[in-house]
Amino acid sequence: MAYKSALAKAQGLGSAKSGTMHWWMQRVTAVALIPLSFWVILFIKQLLSAPFNDMQQWLVNPINASLLLAWVCLGFYHAVLGLQIVIEDYVSAEFWQISLVWLLKLAGLAGAISSLVLLMKIAVAAG
Amino acid sequence: MPQRTRPLSPHLQVYRLPITAIVSIMHRMMGVALTFALILFVVSLAMIAGGKSDYQTMQSLLNQWWMLVLVWGMVYALFFHLCHGIRHLIWDVGSGFDKVLMNYYIILEMFGALAFTALSFLFVQLGH
Repeated sequence: MAYKSALAKAQGLGSAKSGTMHWWMQRVTAVALIPLSFWVILFIKQLLSAPFNDMQQWLVNPINASLLLAWVCLGFYHAVLGLQIVIEDYVSAEFWQISLVWLLKLAGLAGAISSLVLLMKIAVAAG
Repeated sequence: MPQRTRPLSPHLQVYRLPITAIVSIMHRMMGVALTFALILFVVSLAMIAGGKSDYQTMQSLLNQWWMLVLVWGMVYALFFHLCHGIRHLIWDVGSGFDKVLMNYYIILEMFGALAFTALSFLFVQLGH
């Protein structure tokens, strides 16, 4: 410690440094999810009543496929950002807090990746 | 853990929470619930990818009344989270902090979400 300069001691203290980006991306994804939420109603309409072949064709339509991926990617991103705050608020033990946030981020990524893979599988089956 | 034995002064449970606080915690709880809804969305994709019989099994399950209650409950949660989220965006630009306005917005949010859900319900049911 004695070898540290005054500047080195002061650096790295203070805020968590990355909080602004978290806050900002939460807003960016939120705004993007507003119109996408109305697309989800269209999806639910198909899901409740469309025959199998119609559902396939509807999903592999480029517009619907793009909106689906946007919904899933932004949705999981937004969910991870929100749940991270919930964990940080209620889990105070450092080990569990860090572990759960890691697990959460990997789970969010897994959700988005599996949606992409499932959509590709649907597209292949639809021919 | 010596800290655990220390008494806590009562906080949340001794107050009657104002409606703004109740809506705030509802927003968070619905956010958590919507994460599970998003997982169910991926599950529905898996059922479509699983082929015709999987899809039809899921569709007949989804059309059970108790599943429909769950689906439309999730849609209400989505629209409520959306409406309250818009208010957060209004707060973010620095307006909407007037006390009278706050309570007025809550009514607007709840009924706005209800209206969006009702319109969606009509839209979806008309296709049947």
